Amino acid sequence: MKILGRKFIFLNILVIISLFLIGGCKPEHRFVKKTAFKDTNKIVIEFAGPVDEAWAKNRSNYTACEKPDPDIRLKIIDVSLSADKKKATLVFADDLNKNQPHVVTATKISSEGKSLGTAILNVKKFYLGYLFSILIGAMIINNFVFTKYLGLCVFFGVSQKKSTAVGMGITFTLVIVASAMMSWFIYQFVLRPYRLDFLQIVVFIGLVSLSVQAVDTILRKVNPLLFKAFGVYLVLVIANCIIIAVPLILADNEYNAWESLMLSLGAGLGFLIALFLMSSVRERLELANVPPTYRGLPIAFVLAGLFALSFLGFSGMSIF
Amino acid sequence: MPATTKTNFQLVSNGILNDNPIFRLALSMCPAVGISTTVMNGIMLGIAVLFVQVFSSCTIALIKDYIHPRIRIPTYTLTIATWVTVIDLVLAAYMPAAYKEMGIFVKLIVAFAIITMRLEVFACKNSVPSSFWDGIGMGLGFMAGMVVIGFVRELLGMGTILGHDVLGFRPLLFFVLPAAGFFCVGIMMAMFNYMELVYNRKKRAKER
Repeated sequence: MKILGRKFIFLNILVIISLFLIGGCKPEHRFVKKTAFKDTNKIVIEFAGPVDEAWAKNRSNYTACEKPDPDIRLKIIDVSLSADKKKATLVFADDLNKNQPHVVTATKISSEGKSLGTAILNVKKFYLGYLFSILIGAMIINNFVFTKYLGLCVFFGVSQKKSTAVGMGITFTLVIVASAMMSWFIYQFVLRPYRLDFLQIVVFIGLVSLSVQAVDTILRKVNPLLFKAFGVYLVLVIANCIIIAVPLILADNEYNAWESLMLSLGAGLGFLIALFLMSSVRERLELANVPPTYRGLPIAFVLAGLFALSFLGFSGMSIF
Repeated sequence: MPATTKTNFQLVSNGILNDNPIFRLALSMCPAVGISTTVMNGIMLGIAVLFVQVFSSCTIALIKDYIHPRIRIPTYTLTIATWVTVIDLVLAAYMPAAYKEMGIFVKLIVAFAIITMRLEVFACKNSVPSSFWDGIGMGLGFMAGMVVIGFVRELLGMGTILGHDVLGFRPLLFFVLPAAGFFCVGIMMAMFNYMELVYNRKKRAKER
């Protein structure tokens, strides 16, 4: 009975967290309900109430660009408004690259004669395939160790034995998911609304140390056996730059909750994969006859270079 | 470790040669591999690290008597994070081009093991002036390492130094590829090991 009660509490916590996450997926302007891609060259903006036809039909009220290149304006050839005046459809001259998030700026939205301010909208395609592509992207295509060169200190430190490598990878994945979600939450709901963006480095590093300490305490109490196996790696997690890089990337790209979850999970699993590959080779290396000057770190670096070269083969790959 | 008795010059040269952060201590490898494609990148990041190291060393040396030993690591982290924020904002404001080139690595100075390690080993036990010189030494050592790697990679990859065409052709485009950073650092470490080996052998031969 006691076990059941514990499970129930756990389920409750999960439900609360997921409610938070769903609540977090809201667009940026209070008057805009939804933005979406349509066909090959259209973007649909759905408003919360009816907008003025004269404003909505005026092409010069909208500007659109791909997020990575804000200088290249996309040409809008037509704007149409639905019958209830709540849905505006922007028609573009060229086909849109739906793999990139787009930024649409609607200046001085006017509804029933009142001006409601300017809205900067992020348009992304939202479906499971997109999330999956973020996961695979962070895990393999843009592997943090082999293509972004982060977390190398810990990577070379713990990749000597397969068992330690797997232990470290699992611990790291758990901690990075927890800390990245926390930093995402704080960034979106505290730092950004109060314009404290410049504090992000201080806040993120504090949150990371906090979550490492929290995982340490919780694991020690809840599952001492697991703590015995993984506790030693917790100290090392804080020394890894990936764990601070992921919240910074999330803040830069303004990902929403699900995308953040996928990116942090991908980063963790990618680190696990890299550690596992490296440790398997280094275990073999113990038996090899390495020249004395190359023993230890130098040969490990050359090995990592070979891995990085092979991971280069994934670059440019896109899923869906 | 008691307070240091070394002179200022010894402190600086110690950071550059004996305890070189990149080649000898093998700390903070991420930038050494990640953005050492050109000499300029190395100099820019070197300057950023130098400033952060010197400022945080001095700060910790100033307030070392008021830090409870139990909370010293969080204090170090917060001090470094504050100075990194300052450097980050200054670079973004005055050198936007170089800042863009270095990308996320400026913000990641906060996670460099070398800075925390210097605070823990040196700054919390020594006076402000010697911490200042130690910080300068470590920063210059890091910069020197970055510049050496950047020099090799830029020369072999692009045939240029600091953007000036030196060779007139591109010997090995491979060295501009990110993956070559690993090879470069690995081979250089092996070279340093080899030099040490030869040096020790000669020394032993002399003793005999």
